[in-house]
Amino acid sequence: MSDFIGDWHALVVLLLAGVIPNQIWRMLGLWLGAGLDEGSDLLMWVKAVATAILAGVIAQILVQPPGALASIPAALRYGAVAAGCAAFVLTRRSIFAGVVCGEIVMLAGKWWLG
Amino acid sequence: MSSTASTILSLVLFVTYIGIGALAHDTHFSLAWALLGTALVWAGPAQIILITTLASGAGILQSAIAVTMSAIRLFPMVVAVLPMMRADGTKRRHLVLIAHFTAVTLWVECYRFLPLVPRKRRVAFVHGLGCGLLGIGLCATVIGYLLAANLTQTFASAILLLTPLAFLFSTARNSRELADVLALVLGLAFYPLASLLNSGLDILVSGVGAGTIAFLVHKWREQS
Repeated sequence: MSDFIGDWHALVVLLLAGVIPNQIWRMLGLWLGAGLDEGSDLLMWVKAVATAILAGVIAQILVQPPGALASIPAALRYGAVAAGCAAFVLTRRSIFAGVVCGEIVMLAGKWWLG
Repeated sequence: MSSTASTILSLVLFVTYIGIGALAHDTHFSLAWALLGTALVWAGPAQIILITTLASGAGILQSAIAVTMSAIRLFPMVVAVLPMMRADGTKRRHLVLIAHFTAVTLWVECYRFLPLVPRKRRVAFVHGLGCGLLGIGLCATVIGYLLAANLTQTFASAILLLTPLAFLFSTARNSRELADVLALVLGLAFYPLASLLNSGLDILVSGVGAGTIAFLVHKWREQS
């Protein structure tokens, strides 16, 4: 059981570094979002910024990859995403085709590079 | 619950959380830690950032700043999602759990499903959707954690690559208007530029910059 829980210190760190900094924004959204109109300019701007920040997280994972992904050469990471994008466009926006194609190109490239 | 099962994004969510479970195992966090992270943080990028920064020896404060930067996007997401389900008599406390469930998957699915759901039933519908998605995330975290011991490095990197691919295409699929497409493309292009500034606020700088330009272009086209 102690293996399952681990040490309490790590759980406190999870709360301080993970849960609170993350939830603050959701609760702010709940608190401040109440009076906003669905079609308002402010909401359009906020939506555009949300999309762009998510795009930034995507770019960050590709440019500064975490963990095992760092073992894949940069050119292969970008190539795999480019191939996924091509498949996504060719299949008229199939998420599945884009993801599978990107993965296949990365795995094939990694295998070929050895 | 059936709408949870029928979406391809739940498959993507499943695989993303397998990746997070595996990452947590490899960086020596406990299974309870990984599960609590999934239940209480409930945001893939934030969890990946939290695990990788803590594992690389960053302090609590540095990790917290990185997490909060990635979580800023949840603020406009919550602001955008909640008005869709607010009906007469909806109290703020009815929406607390929905705010918690709000992440990219729920955000995207709300745009897809809510137009088909009568406004009065939307709060209940989204609670069901959110619980279903969270259940998938928790199961996948356990599976990934237990699988991790057997993953080769190539397989582990394939799982980590799923996160950006899945986020990229699911956002692109739901970008119908020019402003959305521009925000996505500019956001991708601006991040590497902003990271050169090395300000520690890279994602915030590129996101607000790209989002604002996308919004302004949209307004300008609307007027002309």
